[in-house]
Amino acid sequence: MTHASLARKYEPRHAPEGPRAATSAMIASLAAEGYDTVAAPFGQALVDLARRDDRVVGLSADLAKYTDMHILAQAMPDRFHQMGMAEQLLMSAAAGMAREGFLPFATTYAVFASRRAYDFIAMAIAEENLPVKICCALPGLTTGYGPSHQATEDLAIFRGLPNMTLIDPCDAADIQGMVPAMAAHPGPVYARLLRGKVPDVIRRHKPDYRFELGRAQMIREGGDVLVVSTGIMTMRALDAAVRLEAEGIGVAVLHVPTIKPLDRDTILAQAGKGRLLVTAENHTVVGGLGEAVATTLMQAGVTPRFRMIGLPDEFLEAGALPTLHDMYGLSVDRVAETIRGWL
Amino acid sequence: MTAIQRPAYGSNISLARRAWAIRRHALRMGQVQGQGYIGQALGIADVLAVAYFHGMDYRPEDPEWEGRDRFLLSIGHYAIALYAALIEAGIIPEEEIATYGMDDSRLPMSGMASYTPGMEITGGSLGHGLGIAVGMAMGLRRKKNPAFVINLMSDGELGEGSTWEAAMSASAQGLSNLICLVDFNDQQADGPSTQVLTAEPVADKWSAFGWHTQRVDGNDIQAVRAAFDAARAHPDPQPRVIVCDTTMCKGVPFLETREITHFVRVEADEWDRALAVLDEGQPQ
Repeated sequence: MTHASLARKYEPRHAPEGPRAATSAMIASLAAEGYDTVAAPFGQALVDLARRDDRVVGLSADLAKYTDMHILAQAMPDRFHQMGMAEQLLMSAAAGMAREGFLPFATTYAVFASRRAYDFIAMAIAEENLPVKICCALPGLTTGYGPSHQATEDLAIFRGLPNMTLIDPCDAADIQGMVPAMAAHPGPVYARLLRGKVPDVIRRHKPDYRFELGRAQMIREGGDVLVVSTGIMTMRALDAAVRLEAEGIGVAVLHVPTIKPLDRDTILAQAGKGRLLVTAENHTVVGGLGEAVATTLMQAGVTPRFRMIGLPDEFLEAGALPTLHDMYGLSVDRVAETIRGWL
Repeated sequence: MTAIQRPAYGSNISLARRAWAIRRHALRMGQVQGQGYIGQALGIADVLAVAYFHGMDYRPEDPEWEGRDRFLLSIGHYAIALYAALIEAGIIPEEEIATYGMDDSRLPMSGMASYTPGMEITGGSLGHGLGIAVGMAMGLRRKKNPAFVINLMSDGELGEGSTWEAAMSASAQGLSNLICLVDFNDQQADGPSTQVLTAEPVADKWSAFGWHTQRVDGNDIQAVRAAFDAARAHPDPQPRVIVCDTTMCKGVPFLETREITHFVRVEADEWDRALAVLDEGQPQ
């Protein structure tokens, strides 16, 4: 008997006419049209940090190449530990090295850290407030490989974990800034990672932008809508804002790269200005930025019109990333269209 | 590697006497709460006596001394046993026995690094200790610190996949500064470990993973001591494991013969009786 949810696999498919969108490979960089890119900003920033700070070591669970940790491994091989395909060990060993005074940066994919290694992050690292810096590629919907590789609920999982600081960077500027900030922070940090050629977006819109841990920053002003966004959705929100501006719709963008602790003061100050408030995140709408902002607003008695852009509470499809971003509402077209529809 | 300055060095107190005292401290803590993992504490007391009074270097007055051998209690529920050893070692005052498991105590029922001097890690979520030990051994080696990391785990933890991730890694990295002690009492929550998941041959499993492996009677102090010496002195670049076959409730015969489960029941009036039985066998 075929379970109803599996019936679709028995429907034959046909290749579409014309150029065919390829499934985005894991090594593909996230596209953002018209922006400069920076090569491996995480790896480069980590090497810079390691040269300044003897305590810094890198560990990876057989994904150095796919998390840009290979940059450190090549530049400073004695500072890199290959832990093998063993994520529970990766986190435990990072905890052990932190106990001995080191500043371990541990990398894998976000799905493996959040799902497979959670207990080890919770008990060996977070409970003891050790300075392990967990940096994870393929956050949210940034691969077309399907649910095994799409970490759509990692922020929800880690938001509930005491002592943990959470960062969802937008672009190369955020990644370059977050690496030294993570090292300077005394406790554990979970950061989502973009790898490969990473777009340099925010500085195009705000040239003096610098990442600051725990701080939300206005990237652009606008009178009709306030988008409170994190991660790559700030990229999408900025592009959508430019498009909507041409239609006479003023869209402000407040970028919130630190999900926890949340910069409540800045969010509340901006939320109280009478605009439609739209949260935007590359994450399920369950337990991420949107719900964190909603809680903040409710508790403060600040009640703007409120809407959320994010991934549905579903396991997502496999396919080409641009197709999937359109399908699930994360593309610039869809963000602009969605906001327009709410006005 | 062998020229260490152990606190007990030169002491005329025998290891048997230390083990007896550890059992006694543990029973007194159990009596405070009317419960505790006393079966495990009595069973592992001889191994702890050898570790703390022969096999390890540490400074009781400075539990975080950089040169210390690190003792990790992966099995958080054995805290009552380690507290007893830490009391005997002079790291925790004996008076605190009366606070065991109470509000504001430094001796909670499950061992946690942030509560207790000498408690290196928060154990209890089983299968964590060996992986942390690998990281600490890596860190010590990177610092060129000759100290050992000693991880005490249970036979039940051999069922955790993370144990074998760590075992492979320790071997792949040649972590010769890592000693793993496996308390093989063949009891876990749902029955004999060898019938739940941990099938024999256990020692061969460790050998196959590249470890220098010894298996001893964990209640034979001389055997455990010899195994510790051999583990420390072994010249090859590989991690070391000592599988210690122990008897639950060792030293209190009327509890030993009880139908033992993971959590042995001791009635209110039996604590004094257990202490009296233990005292009858007090070694010199």
